[in-house]
Amino acid sequence: MEKRQKSLVVVQLSGGNDYLNTVVPYGDDDYYDFRKTVRIEQSDVLQIDKMYGFNPHLSPIKALYDQGKVAVINGIGYDNPNRSHFRSMDIWHTALPDEIGSEGWLGRVIRELDPKSENVLTGVNFGRGLPRALGVRGVPVASVGNLETYGLFTDMQDEAEKSLALRAFTHMYGGMGKDSVMEYLGQTGRDALKGADILRTAPAKYSSTIEYANNSVAQNMKSMAQVLLADLGTRVFYTQHGSFDTHSGEIISHAKLWDEVSGAVADFYDDLKEHGRDEEVIVMIFSEFGRRIKDNGSGTDHGSGGVAFVIGSDIKGGMYGQYPSIKQADQLEGDLHFNNDFRSTYSTIIDDWFGLDSVPIVNGQFEKFDFVKA
Amino acid sequence: MMSTQDVKLMAHLMRRAGFSATRSELEKFLDKGYEQTVEDLLSPGDPGNMPDDLIRRYHVEQSELRELSGAGAYWLYRMITTNNPLEEKLTLFWHGLFATGYAKLNQARALLNQIDMFRSYGLGNFKDLLIKLSQDPAMIIWLDNNDNHKDAINENYGRELLELFSMGIGNYTEDDVKECARAFTGWTLKNAEYMAMRAGKDSIWPYGRIAWHYEYRNDDHDEGKKTFLGHEGNFNGEDVIQIIVDQHATAKFVATRLFQFFASDDVDSESHDQVISEMVDAYFDSGYEIKAVLRTLFNSDYFKSQECMYSRVKGPVESVVGTARLAGSYQQPHLDVDKLWFQTMFMGQGVLAPPTVEGWHEGVEWIDSGSLVERVNYAAKEFGDTTKSGVRDIITRLSRTYSEQINVPDLVDGCLDLIGPIQVGDNTRDSLIDFVSEFSDNNVLDISSFDSKGSKCVAQTLGLIASTREYQLA
Repeated sequence: MEKRQKSLVVVQLSGGNDYLNTVVPYGDDDYYDFRKTVRIEQSDVLQIDKMYGFNPHLSPIKALYDQGKVAVINGIGYDNPNRSHFRSMDIWHTALPDEIGSEGWLGRVIRELDPKSENVLTGVNFGRGLPRALGVRGVPVASVGNLETYGLFTDMQDEAEKSLALRAFTHMYGGMGKDSVMEYLGQTGRDALKGADILRTAPAKYSSTIEYANNSVAQNMKSMAQVLLADLGTRVFYTQHGSFDTHSGEIISHAKLWDEVSGAVADFYDDLKEHGRDEEVIVMIFSEFGRRIKDNGSGTDHGSGGVAFVIGSDIKGGMYGQYPSIKQADQLEGDLHFNNDFRSTYSTIIDDWFGLDSVPIVNGQFEKFDFVKA
Repeated sequence: MMSTQDVKLMAHLMRRAGFSATRSELEKFLDKGYEQTVEDLLSPGDPGNMPDDLIRRYHVEQSELRELSGAGAYWLYRMITTNNPLEEKLTLFWHGLFATGYAKLNQARALLNQIDMFRSYGLGNFKDLLIKLSQDPAMIIWLDNNDNHKDAINENYGRELLELFSMGIGNYTEDDVKECARAFTGWTLKNAEYMAMRAGKDSIWPYGRIAWHYEYRNDDHDEGKKTFLGHEGNFNGEDVIQIIVDQHATAKFVATRLFQFFASDDVDSESHDQVISEMVDAYFDSGYEIKAVLRTLFNSDYFKSQECMYSRVKGPVESVVGTARLAGSYQQPHLDVDKLWFQTMFMGQGVLAPPTVEGWHEGVEWIDSGSLVERVNYAAKEFGDTTKSGVRDIITRLSRTYSEQINVPDLVDGCLDLIGPIQVGDNTRDSLIDFVSEFSDNNVLDISSFDSKGSKCVAQTLGLIASTREYQLA
């Protein structure tokens, strides 16, 4: 069989996912002391070992974990944690904790994978609005809300008029821009035109026995499967789900969110497996920060130190990093200390999965994990 | 006699301080002159918008507010039909700055009431606005101040008030955040248990969503001494807000955000800094009056300069509403207004549903291939319809100015003039001329009736102009 190219799917959990209630330190009494109400009871935890276990609403991910397909990156974060959503997400997106960056790390990955921008679909975002992680000026990235109806002048009934309009659009967006904004608009318009023509073909080619749930992350992952299986050369897939900003009413909302995310990821994995394509793709799940160790009675406030997952058939499953101590004396202003820089995980994916050089992409050298199968 | 220059400047003002203006509207403003128009915009009168009783006869969803889209559509009607464009534009600004979202509240009545509060206080005193904001029930729930108690603070509102709503990061310490939160203990929702029960049932019966109200609970307020930004005292929320509005950082923050929304996406030149510093002076001289800050901006030489024109990327809502106003859509109730709200959402800005408390990333970040496709398709559809009153008005004006037989370049230039005027590059104009030439087989076009081929060509040309790069800018 032809060896296909490797792809990455990123699922962003927006709002700050509560690490302690995702991978639960159920064997640690301190957890139940700090989490008087917003907690997962021992009897409900899906055990990993005697100390840690998954939130029961991650059961589809737990099933993949048991098959050795899930790397759990414990204690992920960065130095001097920022507890602002915006800034912390920017840090994850730009891989620059100490200064304001303008280039997204995945945009750089896409540029390396496709240096001449030969394929406008090397990176595709599923959902509305492009995340900064994918944004690098001059690197085309399609952003698709609805795969079925994607295209320009879709309301023009007369085909002859429509083709005149499309031609005019091509000319208008082809001219030099007088400044960088006009240049950017021009490039975006040209990319949109090209990408739309190709993407629209994907759903018709797709068939599967998997029935994805009717929520946005599941539908977006279904679209990813359609694009992947249509072999359009897409290497980076992105989507986000939320809001994980559970300051109050966390137990109910956090459960629903993880039901949706873990169901979508497992369906996606099964879909690829059904088509014999599961070895080409890994899925990374991350959030901009974790949440405070002590609950506030109904939810949890912004914290630091979190968890990421990397999932796939070519992943060596298991627990990576260290689960940070939650003891009072070990806390960082009431939060978890990170013990591995998020750029270690990025570097592992960039070097060992894509076979690229991570240093210029993540702005430095970071110790890697060995979660990618050789 | 008004000059081309005057029309251009007035159209610029209305793109910024409003949602674009039709030629008839521009003519009325030009009769009054620029400065008087600025004053009128700053002193809104009767909005004359589509009345509630009419809306509710057609839109049960906008009355019962079971879903977010109905509430969003209700506001879009207001933006499209108001006579006070700046009032709505500024309300949209405050909504982006004090971004409160439906996802957590599930209570559109409370959100629409917050929007109404922005209408009432948005042009007024910034201190009053911050106090009203801190007492706003939707905000209280959105940032958990109902969980901010005397013996257990929840610092969410205290933090965002400083970081996102007034001073900006770097101008206070973590201790200030905690002290600020302490000052707002006891600022909570009235009758909270009943409201929580109703929210739990997600009930709209029997009267639709019912309003939430603010309550100050002295028994849950931390009366202790606080140290906030170097001041000491037994501060309550109002005292903290007084300290905040007196900070230079606050004046700079507010002026800069207003400048970016109304003048230029990027603050990157000396002339920008100059205007912002004049706005800061106006803020303090007037005792924190937003009206004075905006007056300074709109009357500044920079704002009126060529450099300022087209230096902003239109946001999705201003783009959608502007196009609807120019095309004459939604002047009467129409069921598609619900879809219109989804349309803005697809372009990246669903009103009442900002992605986070930090609002939307603006400027060039509005544009990606997905959102651009949405913009083009929406605008081409709106203008491509000769039954719309705005499109008809443009056809009528063209036939009056030129004649019922119009040649290709006149049609293109006439459309560019009447949809703006909008300045486009030579390449864009040439492409439009090519389009019309091919559409008409190089013939002179007949625009004597609205269903003639020439009139349809005018509509398609307007749609194509609204698809250009230039049209994405304000």
